Amino acid sequence: MLKNSFLCSSSRVSIASLTVVAMADEIILLDFWASHFGMRVRIALAEKGLKYEYREENLWNKSRLLLEMNPVHKKVPVLIHNGKPICESLMIVQYIDEVWKDKSPLLPSDPYQRAQARFWADYVDKKVPQLYHELGKKIWYTKGEEHEAGKKEFIECLKFFEGELGEKPYFGGENFGFEDVALVPLSCWFYTYESFGNFSVEDECPNLMAWAKRCGQKESVSSSLADPHKVHGFVMEMRKRLGID
Amino acid sequence: MAEEVKLFGMWASPFSRRIEVALKMKGIQYEYIEEDLSNKSPSLLNYNPVHKKVPVLLHKGKPVAESLVILEYIDETWKQNPILPADPYEKAMARFWAKFLDEKLWPAAKKVVLSKGEEHKGLIEEIQEHLKTLESELKEKKFFGGESLGFVDIAANIIFWLLVVQETLGLDILTEDKFPGLHEWNHRLLDDAVFKECVSMERLLASFKVRFGALTASK
Repeated sequence: MLKNSFLCSSSRVSIASLTVVAMADEIILLDFWASHFGMRVRIALAEKGLKYEYREENLWNKSRLLLEMNPVHKKVPVLIHNGKPICESLMIVQYIDEVWKDKSPLLPSDPYQRAQARFWADYVDKKVPQLYHELGKKIWYTKGEEHEAGKKEFIECLKFFEGELGEKPYFGGENFGFEDVALVPLSCWFYTYESFGNFSVEDECPNLMAWAKRCGQKESVSSSLADPHKVHGFVMEMRKRLGID
Repeated sequence: MAEEVKLFGMWASPFSRRIEVALKMKGIQYEYIEEDLSNKSPSLLNYNPVHKKVPVLLHKGKPVAESLVILEYIDETWKQNPILPADPYEKAMARFWAKFLDEKLWPAAKKVVLSKGEEHKGLIEEIQEHLKTLESELKEKKFFGGESLGFVDIAANIIFWLLVVQETLGLDILTEDKFPGLHEWNHRLLDDAVFKECVSMERLLASFKVRFGALTASK
C-alpha cells in the first residue's frame, strides 16, 4: 500500500514536472523565407536543437501580431519566447545563445574574443543593407554602367570578407560561431548574383566559397537557408513586376 | 599587476564619452589619448583599421572598437557596478534600445543641423517620433536602466548632443511640455557626478555656436 502510494505520488510529481517542462518554452518565429536576418535566427535555433513554430509573414501585408510584437521597426524576424518578443536578428541570436547556453555556444566565453565576434557581426550588419539593397539590386535590376559598377563594388565587398577570413575554417577561428551566423545567409543569394552579374564567387573569392560550403554542410545551416533556386525565382518574379525583361 | 587601459577618444564625440562614463562608473584607471580627427594618429589607424574611428579601447595591448561593443567588453571584464542587466531578456531589450538610439535618432540628429526647408521639417518630425518612442519606453522610470544608470542611459548621451544642436539653432525639438519624462531624465543625468564630467555641455555649446551659429531656425 505504502509502496503503491509512493509510486502514485512520484508519478504525479513526474507528470507535473513534465507538464512544467512542456509549458516552459513556447517559441514562435515571425519571419520571411528569403530574409537574411530571419535565416540567422533559424540557424541559431537549429544549433541549439530548439523546437519552435515558424510563421511566414507577408511583408507586403504584415500581420497584426508582427506589428504588435515589433511596433518600433515593424520588421521580421521577431522571436516570441513565452509571449515576450525579441527583435533585431543579432540581438535575438545573442539572446538564444544566453538562454540556452549549455549547447553549441555561438559566442566564445572570453570577453576579448566576444568583443571581436560582436565587432565583426556589427560590421556585417552595416554591410548587409548595402549588399542587398544597393549593390545587389544594381546587379539584378539595372543594365550597362550602373550594373557594372554595382557588380564591381559587390565583388570588392566579398573580397574584403575573403581577406578577413584568410585561411581560417570559420570567421571566429576553428569553430562555427556568431560572425558566421551573421554572414552565411548571403551565400544562398550567391547563385542569383552570379547569374545576373555573370561572375563566379568561387573564382573571385575561393576561400569565401569554401567557407560557405563548409557552413552548408552543417545541418543547422542547410536546413535554415533558403533554396538558391527559389531565391533566383523570386528575383525573376520581382524583375517581371518591375517591368524588366 | 596594474591592468593597462588606454582610451583613444575625442572630447566632442558622444561615442567616445560613453566609454569614459563606463570606465569612471567602474572606477577603472585609464590613460586617455585625445585624437585630432582631422589628423588621426598612426596608433588609432593601426588599432581600428576597419573604421578608423574613435573610440578605441586598448586593454593589455589589445584593441576593441565600436562604442557599444566596448561597453559590453568593459561590463564583462570588470564586474563591479554592472551596466547591463543580468537577465537575458532585459539585456536583449537594453541592446535593442541602444541600437535604436544609434541607428534611428543619431543619424536624424546629425542631418538636421545642415538641412533646409522641407527636409529640415521632415527631420524634426522624425526626431520627435523617435523621442516619443523613447519617452514611452522611459515611462515612470528614473533611468532607462531602472533605479540606476545603465547601458541605455549611457548610449542615450546622444540626446545631449541633440540639446546642444537645439540650443545653437534655436529649435524646439525636445521640450519639457512635449517630453516631460525625457526632460526630467536629462536633469537627473546632469546631476550624476560621473555623467556630468563626460558631457561638457558648455564647451559643446561654445564649439557648436562657432561652427553652426550662423544657421538660424528660420529655414
